[in-house]
Amino acid sequence: MAGIPHDHYEPKTGFEKWLHTRLPVVALMYDTLMLPTPKNLNWMWIWGIVLTFCLVLQIITGIVLAMHYTPHVSMAFDSVEHIMRNVNGGWALRYIHANGASLFFLAVYIHIFRGLYYGSYKAPREITWIIGMLIYLAMMATGFLGYVLPWGQMSFWGATVITGLFGAIPGIGPIIQEWLLGGPAVDNATLNRFFSLHYLIPFVIVGLVAVHIWAFHTTGNNNPTGVEVRRKSKAEANKDTVPFWPYFVVKDLFALVLILVIFFVFVGFMPNYLGHPDNYVPANPLVTPPHIVPEWYYLPFYAILRAITFDVLFLNAKFLGVLMMFGSIGVMALVPWLDTSPVRSGRYRPAFKWFFLVLVIDFIVLMWCGSRPAEGLVPLISLIGAIYWFGYFLVILPVLGFVEKTNAVPETIEADFDAHYPPKKD
Amino acid sequence: MFVSTDSDPQGTRRDFLYVATAATGAVAGGAAVWPLINQMNPSADVTALSSIEVDISGIEPGTQLTVKFLGKPVFIRRRTDDEIKAARDLDISTLRDGESRNANIEGDASDVNRAMDETGEWLVMIGVCTHLGCVPLGDAGDFGGWFCPCHGSHYDTSGRIRKGPAPENLAIPLTSFIDENTIKLG
Repeated sequence: MAGIPHDHYEPKTGFEKWLHTRLPVVALMYDTLMLPTPKNLNWMWIWGIVLTFCLVLQIITGIVLAMHYTPHVSMAFDSVEHIMRNVNGGWALRYIHANGASLFFLAVYIHIFRGLYYGSYKAPREITWIIGMLIYLAMMATGFLGYVLPWGQMSFWGATVITGLFGAIPGIGPIIQEWLLGGPAVDNATLNRFFSLHYLIPFVIVGLVAVHIWAFHTTGNNNPTGVEVRRKSKAEANKDTVPFWPYFVVKDLFALVLILVIFFVFVGFMPNYLGHPDNYVPANPLVTPPHIVPEWYYLPFYAILRAITFDVLFLNAKFLGVLMMFGSIGVMALVPWLDTSPVRSGRYRPAFKWFFLVLVIDFIVLMWCGSRPAEGLVPLISLIGAIYWFGYFLVILPVLGFVEKTNAVPETIEADFDAHYPPKKD
Repeated sequence: MFVSTDSDPQGTRRDFLYVATAATGAVAGGAAVWPLINQMNPSADVTALSSIEVDISGIEPGTQLTVKFLGKPVFIRRRTDDEIKAARDLDISTLRDGESRNANIEGDASDVNRAMDETGEWLVMIGVCTHLGCVPLGDAGDFGGWFCPCHGSHYDTSGRIRKGPAPENLAIPLTSFIDENTIKLG
């Protein structure tokens, strides 16, 4: 593997040599696990492991839930109740799966904002970032498809609203919408295909995660200083890094244990805290719940969708809202080319820090807006929030790179590390 | 893409074979993919258009009946005189959507073009918000008509969009009177 120089696997026994010449799988695992990792990574770098864990957790619980679930409009709701009441441990599996999605999204948001603060998206890690955005989109699709499966009121109306987004495309929109639904409205054909796709996309995510890891193992990890690992020689690289195994594996697993304690508090004591009571009412195509809200992890983008209540030129409010919603993720995907600052890490960018802090607050405010009915000040606040979101990526980051006076960046990772943890004299 | 080692500008037999192979591959690929896409379109039982007849004798003025037609709710409202007056007194040039959106009558969005009969007593509409497909609530909103709870679209007593994100007036399906107590949808 290109990148930071480090030790490579040497087959020793006769069997190892025999295997290595036929399939170098041990070498692949060795190089992956022994990756030289910047020794100054802070606690914001644990979320990758948490995300990997979530993906595996969701796939395993999902596969066993599918053994008991029936994707038919007349039986879906009852089969979920069957899982809750009759299947051995079914309630736990379902609550872990449902809350597992929340942990997955919590982790991915922290992971994304970590990347945004420390400039992990900047050259040469653009591909890692883009793949990450694709994973995030695939996660959103999977979460939405899965939420439809219990066939409650929120499932049905969520499916109606989200597929309606495609109907907003001028001209071909209604044809696409009908194709997605398999009929004029959300019905059995829709439920059936959503189940199929909900099962499929997580495996696509597995593939994307492999490429994501491959990409940053090629470039090496970013780190809180944003300074690259020295890679002229192995001796030099060793001063900036420690191997992923065992140092970071142990650190990450320790963090994962703490997070899982909190996770199982949710699963065991408040499993429906993040859900909606309306989804325990069977789907009814004739009655819309008084207040449709998506799951918490979609709220900021839902708020942006609802923020547009006016037409602009030839674009009507409906289509514009949809464009803004997808565009808000699109501008984030383009950030490697929008951020013009030569300094990678936000740690050394005094003005950037404030704009970034406002972006995080903006995200939380939008999340709140998305959870409220579209009345009173909420649409206005959503609009202001949406404008800041786009402004941050399209105006602030490009301009800031030219006007900001940045602080001194440490020479090396080692120098920064030693400044924080002076070497012991013995 | 494929450059022949032969400098003959007319193209060689090999160039022809490349193009022919690529073209055949593209056609075969398309032929293989299309059934996979097309299977997601509405199936024959779904597309088999149906029509239903609805008994409207029990509907009092100022109330509405909601029936399910082609998987969607249809509102059948018997309007009061006040509602008809409010719908007909409006200057239609102020409307966001100036079309009747009526499968029976093309024209502007005046109430005469939307109501089912000349007196305007009966208004039949597909109860699907033109924004993102929720079912609007009756007797609600700023204009005394319908209000969509999902994203706050307000419709007036003629089902025309007046406020909020929805782009169009509520759609009116093909309807006809069988007799004075029965309406046929579709």
